[in-house]
Amino acid sequence: MADAKSPAPRPLSPHLQIYAPMLTMMMSIVHRITGAILYVGTLGLAWWLIAAATGPGYYGFVQGVFGSALGKLVLVAYSWALIHHMLGGLRHLVWDTIHGFELPTVELMARLNLAGSLAATALLWGYLLIAGGA
Amino acid sequence: MRTPLARVRGLGSAKEGTDHFWRQRLTAVANLPLMLFLLYSLVAFAGADHAAVAAYLGSPPVAMAMLLAVLSAVIHMRLGMQVIIEDYIHGEALKITCLMLNTFTAAAAGLASVFAILKLGFGA
Repeated sequence: MADAKSPAPRPLSPHLQIYAPMLTMMMSIVHRITGAILYVGTLGLAWWLIAAATGPGYYGFVQGVFGSALGKLVLVAYSWALIHHMLGGLRHLVWDTIHGFELPTVELMARLNLAGSLAATALLWGYLLIAGGA
Repeated sequence: MRTPLARVRGLGSAKEGTDHFWRQRLTAVANLPLMLFLLYSLVAFAGADHAAVAAYLGSPPVAMAMLLAVLSAVIHMRLGMQVIIEDYIHGEALKITCLMLNTFTAAAAGLASVFAILKLGFGA
C-alpha cells in the first residue's frame, strides 16, 4: 500500500480471447450489446417525441430521416435489439428465481431467445412492408 | 434472502446494498409491458402523418403510458450503462466523468421526452 500508484504486475485471469466461443457466452455478450444499442435508441425515441411535439414541419424531417434506407436499417437493428434484450431479460428474471440453471435448460433458453428475437423482428418488418408503413 | 442479516447491515462497501440490482429488476419488469406498448405505437404509426401521431401521443391514456415507458426506460438504461462503464473503464477520472455523463444523458433524454409528451398531452 506504500506505493499504490505502481502496483506490482499481478497475474491476470484468462479473458475473452482464450475461450472458444459458446452460444451462452455469445448471448451474454449480445445482451449487453443490445442494451447499449437501446441506450442510443432511447435517445432516438426522445428525438422522435420532441419532433412530434414541435410540429408538422420538423416531424416530417425526422420521419424522413427514419424513413430513409439508413434510417430503416437503424430501426430494424433497434427493434431486434429491443425484442432480443426483452427476451434475454425474461431469461434473467427466470434465473433470479433460482430456476433454469441446468445446462440443457440454459442452452434451450438461449436458442429460444435468439430464434424468438429473429422471428419476431422478421414478422414485425414483414408486417410493416405488407401494411406499407415502412 | 439467504444472506444473514448481519452481513447486509452495513450494506456493503458502497453502502447501497442490493439497491442497484433491485431497481434494475423493478424497471425490467415494468419495461416488459411498457416496451411492448412502445413497439406497438411505433409500428402502428410508422408512416402516419404528424396530426395522427400528435393526436395519438396526446390522448391521456397513451400519454400516461408513454411517460411511464420513458421514465422506466431511462432509469433502466442508466443502471445498465453504469455497469458497462464500471466494468470497462478503469481510470478513475475517466470513469467518474463517464458515470456523470451517463446520468446527464439519461436525465436529459428523460426530461426532453417527458416535456414533449406533456406538451402533446396538454395540446399546446
